[in-house]
Amino acid sequence: MKLTTYIEGTSLIGPAFADWASAQPVLLGQQAYIASKTVLPAPAVLPPAERRRTGAIVKLSLAVGIAACEDAQQDPKTLPCVYTSSSGDGDNCHAICEALASSDRAISPTRFHNSVHNAAPGYWGIATGAMTNVSVLCAFDGSFGAGLLESLAQVVADQTAVLLIAADSPYPEPLQSARPLADALGIGLVFKPKRTANSRVQIDISLTHSPASHMANVALEHLRLHIPAARGLPLLQAIAQVQQSNATQSLVLDYLDNCQIAVTVTPCQGT
Amino acid sequence: MNPLYLSSYTATSALGHGLAQTQDALKQSRSHLVPCAFDDVDLNTFIGKVKGVEEVSLPVHLSRFNCRNNQLAQLGLTQDGFEDAVRAAIARYGNQRVGVFLGTSTAGILQTELAYRRRDATSGALPPDFIYGTTHNTYSVADFTRSYFDLEGPAVVISSACSSSAKVFSTARRMLDAGLIDAAIVGGVDTLCLTTLYGFNSLQLISEQVCRPFDVNRNGISIGEAAAFALVERVPTDMNADAILLLGIGESSDAYHMSSPHPEGLGASMAMQFALDAAGLKPSDIDYINLHGTATQSNDAAEGKAVHQIFGSNTPCSSTKGATGHTLGAAGGLEAVISALALQNNFMPAGLNVNQLDPATPIQYLLKNQSAPVQYVLSNSFGFGGTNCSLIFGKVTKA
Repeated sequence: MKLTTYIEGTSLIGPAFADWASAQPVLLGQQAYIASKTVLPAPAVLPPAERRRTGAIVKLSLAVGIAACEDAQQDPKTLPCVYTSSSGDGDNCHAICEALASSDRAISPTRFHNSVHNAAPGYWGIATGAMTNVSVLCAFDGSFGAGLLESLAQVVADQTAVLLIAADSPYPEPLQSARPLADALGIGLVFKPKRTANSRVQIDISLTHSPASHMANVALEHLRLHIPAARGLPLLQAIAQVQQSNATQSLVLDYLDNCQIAVTVTPCQGT
Repeated sequence: MNPLYLSSYTATSALGHGLAQTQDALKQSRSHLVPCAFDDVDLNTFIGKVKGVEEVSLPVHLSRFNCRNNQLAQLGLTQDGFEDAVRAAIARYGNQRVGVFLGTSTAGILQTELAYRRRDATSGALPPDFIYGTTHNTYSVADFTRSYFDLEGPAVVISSACSSSAKVFSTARRMLDAGLIDAAIVGGVDTLCLTTLYGFNSLQLISEQVCRPFDVNRNGISIGEAAAFALVERVPTDMNADAILLLGIGESSDAYHMSSPHPEGLGASMAMQFALDAAGLKPSDIDYINLHGTATQSNDAAEGKAVHQIFGSNTPCSSTKGATGHTLGAAGGLEAVISALALQNNFMPAGLNVNQLDPATPIQYLLKNQSAPVQYVLSNSFGFGGTNCSLIFGKVTKA
């Protein structure tokens, strides 16, 4: 079964990736990848009282969500959202576990409500006013693939536009040693059921047993393997390549054991 | 929407293991909440604990998944012939065509809470026997279930706090409609842990008594645990007369506050209306509403307003959390199964622990069990972060 949709907006924030525009020459191999820590923009869309309470994962998620909607020239309020993350707010989780292992188990109310896996999409709703459906997912290392599959199933089944936000940020020690993530990285994508004048590329997906595609660049491959959201980098690279070359690209994205996602990205320009 | 057929379903909670014990407990109108004696928790509250979870042994080849949440998952999967029904579906459709979509809020975080007590005195490291991915990680219960049945199809955990295991039905519907699968194991599993007990305590949202949904003096939740599962498929041409269908799903977001519902229940009423629209039903068609009814002041007030706005004051409704406790990420699944039981038995369970109904909430809240024809049931699940989901279940044949 093949699912076909159209991508109208893309965003990327990660180590050395400030935004989608500056990331594209790196993904295309036109500029060298120069490693640096991920810089998280302050969530200007949130009221100041809420802004103070937000951790890295919320900042990252809001930033890629807003950027993808801007790229698609789409009001975030109107879009159903699929949100996927491998582990939520790692700093917050560590602080709670540390308190619960101590003699004083009092944890703050803010810590607790930030501990839910849907904290970032909750803040997304508060920031954008979106009262649309949000699906909040986790599939460990397959979280990006799960989010992509959920998004395209929704676009196709319900003939609706969908915003996908995939975001991960690392735990501090001691959890970092048990679950090592390289850095924070987030991807935003806006999908539409029908081709429009704003369609950048067509994307077709199906499930496959074939192994996942690698990034040729060693540093980018390291990111792909060590941040679950970065398992989407081969797709973003294909989007950049197809828009540049106007030639179709095929690849396989990592999802679950014995179940990967075959992707074809086709140009929408000039045809 | 295209209805879904529940070809098998089961629930395990403080009420008991499987459907017969669950229905029996509901009939007896007895709360199964007990004073909290979980681990060394020093909170004055009541909990809904499942008996026998600690005795469950996972298969040796799945020992990496060993934690309370997956033990409860296995206990739940092995009730009511559910495991056999899943294996029959796998034989029918193939192991790549059966999805696993489960809800949980805290998964196996208890494992990490306990590991933090055993950190290396010098390095601070977690003990070497701690395995993050197959216990703590939110996905672990779907990973366990997928591995338990040797499945190779789509799988994911939905984790939107207390609406998680209602929303799993929506994922299954879309995957079926999109043609990616032919059947799905849906449901929810959440287990007692310190994060939720001390967390809800920090918000002053747990009661020192048994929780009292819709009582005027309600003062918070009692936390419970549960595993509830349903096997959903496209509607077949031949079904038993008492077959249960999922007819409508409505989802919305409050966009209001992280831990308080919209005070007028705006998101809640949107979800209920969307579910009615999806099912093609009028409010007057609904025979019984299984409320989210957590027994916090704010939830019950907002939900009551939303229900009154759409259904008026005459639709029988109750919260079953006075019996089971609030099972958080498993609540939507558990209450979906209770809704199916209401349909099968033409039985509407009473809301327990009420001394005086809240006069500010003009809804038809059941204080006694009621036996009457039940054709359509609506079940509400709302969560932190303002995530709302309403489900409508119905019978194939007229009640």
